[in-house]
Amino acid sequence: MPLQPDIVDQIVRIIGEERRVLIKKTDLLSYGYDASFGFFVPDLVCQVKCVEEVSEIIKLANREKIPITPRGNASGLSGGALPIEGGIVIDVSLWNDVLEIHRDDMIAVVSPGVITADIDRAAQKVGLMYPPDPSSSNVSTIAGNIAENSGGPRGLKYGVTKDYVLGLQVVTPEGHIIRTGGRTIKNVTGYDLTKLIVGSEGTLGIITEAILRLIPRPQATISLMAVFDDIVQAGYAITNVLTSGILPSKIEFMDQASIWAVESYRPMGLPINAEAVLFIELDGHPLAIRDEADYVYKLMQKTGALRVQKAETSDQEEKMWKARKLVSPAVARHKPTKISEDATVPRSQIPSFLKRLREIKDKFDIELVVFGHAGDGNLHPNILCDQRNKEEMKKVEKAVAAIFEAALDLGGTLSGEHGIGLMKKSFMPMEFDQFSLEMMKRIKQAWDPNNIMNPGKIFPKPGDRLVLR
Amino acid sequence: MEAQENVYLKKAADLTYDCVRCGYCLPSCPTYLTMKTETQTPRGRINLVRMAAEGHITVNELSVPIDLCLGCRACEHVCPSNIQYGKMLELVKGSIRYHKKQTSSPLRRFCEGFVFKHVFPSKSIMNKLGSFLWVYQKSGVKKVVHMKPLRYLLPKKLELFDKGLTEAKPPFRKNDGRRYPSISERPALKVAFFTGCVMEAVFYRINLLSIRLLQKVGCEVVVVNDQTCCGALQLHAGEEELAKEMAKRNIEVFEKEEFDYIVNSAGGCGAMLKEYDGLFEGDPEWLERARHFKQKVADISVILNKLGLKLERVLSYRVTYQPSCHMTNVQKVTKEPEALIQSIEGIEFIRLNKPNLCCGSGGIYNLIHFEESMNILNAKMSDIKDTKANVIVTTNPGCLLQMKVGIAKENLHDHIKAVHLVELLAEACEVTENRWI
Repeated sequence: MPLQPDIVDQIVRIIGEERRVLIKKTDLLSYGYDASFGFFVPDLVCQVKCVEEVSEIIKLANREKIPITPRGNASGLSGGALPIEGGIVIDVSLWNDVLEIHRDDMIAVVSPGVITADIDRAAQKVGLMYPPDPSSSNVSTIAGNIAENSGGPRGLKYGVTKDYVLGLQVVTPEGHIIRTGGRTIKNVTGYDLTKLIVGSEGTLGIITEAILRLIPRPQATISLMAVFDDIVQAGYAITNVLTSGILPSKIEFMDQASIWAVESYRPMGLPINAEAVLFIELDGHPLAIRDEADYVYKLMQKTGALRVQKAETSDQEEKMWKARKLVSPAVARHKPTKISEDATVPRSQIPSFLKRLREIKDKFDIELVVFGHAGDGNLHPNILCDQRNKEEMKKVEKAVAAIFEAALDLGGTLSGEHGIGLMKKSFMPMEFDQFSLEMMKRIKQAWDPNNIMNPGKIFPKPGDRLVLR
Repeated sequence: MEAQENVYLKKAADLTYDCVRCGYCLPSCPTYLTMKTETQTPRGRINLVRMAAEGHITVNELSVPIDLCLGCRACEHVCPSNIQYGKMLELVKGSIRYHKKQTSSPLRRFCEGFVFKHVFPSKSIMNKLGSFLWVYQKSGVKKVVHMKPLRYLLPKKLELFDKGLTEAKPPFRKNDGRRYPSISERPALKVAFFTGCVMEAVFYRINLLSIRLLQKVGCEVVVVNDQTCCGALQLHAGEEELAKEMAKRNIEVFEKEEFDYIVNSAGGCGAMLKEYDGLFEGDPEWLERARHFKQKVADISVILNKLGLKLERVLSYRVTYQPSCHMTNVQKVTKEPEALIQSIEGIEFIRLNKPNLCCGSGGIYNLIHFEESMNILNAKMSDIKDTKANVIVTTNPGCLLQMKVGIAKENLHDHIKAVHLVELLAEACEVTENRWI
């Protein structure tokens, strides 16, 4: 239902600048998507630049019961930024005026629209690091990362976004401006609302400022590559490294299909008869990681690697990681639609999960490529398909369900880092029993009595199921 | 007509399915940085093309964000899914052009058609334009126009462009069909020189210097007779058929003789020449000829770098380089110009913070969308000022003119000058346009 003209007028008055309130058709259609599936057109987009604007707009929306969907740069993979019930999209991407690095406190204070990679770049200038590194970090906003609790390859050693958020300023669904947490590492005063907001996918409020923890930047890195002729064996190799007392900064994985895709796209000299390749990065003090690299090298050989290679120069290291980076474009060339799942299993179950994925691939006769962060159990099974082929998409829907089932069987979870959003909400009852889910809904009800904040997300309605057509 | 409009649109929409909407293109897009809405991003435009093809918006509505795209193709460079954005843009522009031909006034149609069909491709008209500019500059008329009382009569926009224009082609000087021998002890290559229309008319001196430098590194240089404009301006305006005509003519005249390379010093023209094969899908004979042609096309920096230019003078400049977008994103020539600049003794080279961001010139974008273009230019100028360079090097006439406009706009003439790479190199080897004629 389109907004009443007087509501639009009120919003323009709040924002004060007409060009930050978008109501033209071409504009609205441009805010109907993110990097996931689905397309929903909002009734109005406002590009906010300060907390008062957000608070006033939400108060108005709460009064008039207009749905609100927060949005950063819409690079999310689960539909968090999709305005599925229309209403107002609050775009924070222009609000990037604050990016302070406090070296002595080892924290960063940032506006919601600051680009994730810019935080790490600013930290680097004073020898610090902001570790979360989702592959979209050059475009994603920090508020989007916090709302979705984004991960990334470095998650293996350093954890994910939630491990670095110390405090937040949030506008609640009733328009109140609140603060959670603070500037200290230790803080047990009251309920930990910071952790509640992180990963709440925009359903509990709008993040308007964040205080982030920074850590000393590791001085050096060494990378290794190990080739396996059996995918499950590669899984054991990962487990062996992780139980050896060494914690690499990244362990990335490529299966045979992704090796082939890369080699036919831009030959990088990867062994095409191999079933799996592991890329391992160690970081820390140069002397320490030299020892660790030798140890990992031998461990790989002992676990049955066909070939192990250590990057001796930074050129070699760069080339090694380039092969890994090429997987995405290489597989995308093959078929137009890529369904990227991020079901995650406990580390010990990586070999079993790989086995189950192979079975799913055969059973449903789908093109399944597995690559990504392996060391943290967050394998990324990607299904390659064509959105325009309805029959194929039906098969894909079934295969996605089977992947979730396998992950949960093995003690894992539906989503490691992308979030539930729209696509996975119908699977929530598979992971949670009635009362566990009920407690979450009660929290939502308490925060957002009128259900205006990102409605239609994360909780299934009766009869909801995954539809990719 | 209507059918053709939809054929183009449908073909364009087919290319949009490669987009996974990851948004990686956003930070690379100059219009996103300055206009700040998703609508003005590559991802947004790709989505709207699909929306138009599916009938959710009209071609007219689509034309607004499409016209505001500079076509710099920086988004292609960063796209993980290898979207053929440039191709899509051409097709959409073709569709819009057909649409507008039906709806625009006959006068406007005539004027636009006339410019694309008869002005840029015509050597005699472009020469006359060059001559007119030359007389205007040399006769003192320019000085009179720029005197205080009169200056206020000149619109701001024209005043800026006027300040940027220098060294037009003198009348009665004919370059076409001329052959220039190698002047190196060891003749290396026989090359054809592609003059370009704007380049030859407005920056004639740079073309001459290019030829001199090629001679110096051992090239026999032939300015092939009857060559015409590369067709980029036409293609980017949606006139695919006209662009094809230009391409055919160029392919024909350059086929008449055997050359090692077809060299040009305009990044945008070179990019177009290198994509001639894209115009002839489904036409095997011309496709083959276009492929043969494009393999020989090379930017002058590639040839000079390959053959090794002997530099004679120390130049103590602080230099930054604004790469032409189509040189980077289409020709993929990035290392050679920087290597040549850095080979000059005495030069301190400072790379821009965002070299791959378009300067806002965009062919004739700066004339049609003056305001938008100037906003993009402002971002570029602030990057340039941060480098504290006193020389800006470019490799394309459009960019060069835009940099000169930027300097004029910010009143920086006393501190910074904009030159073509060829001019800087000529200075470093003491080559002038008048020697060896």
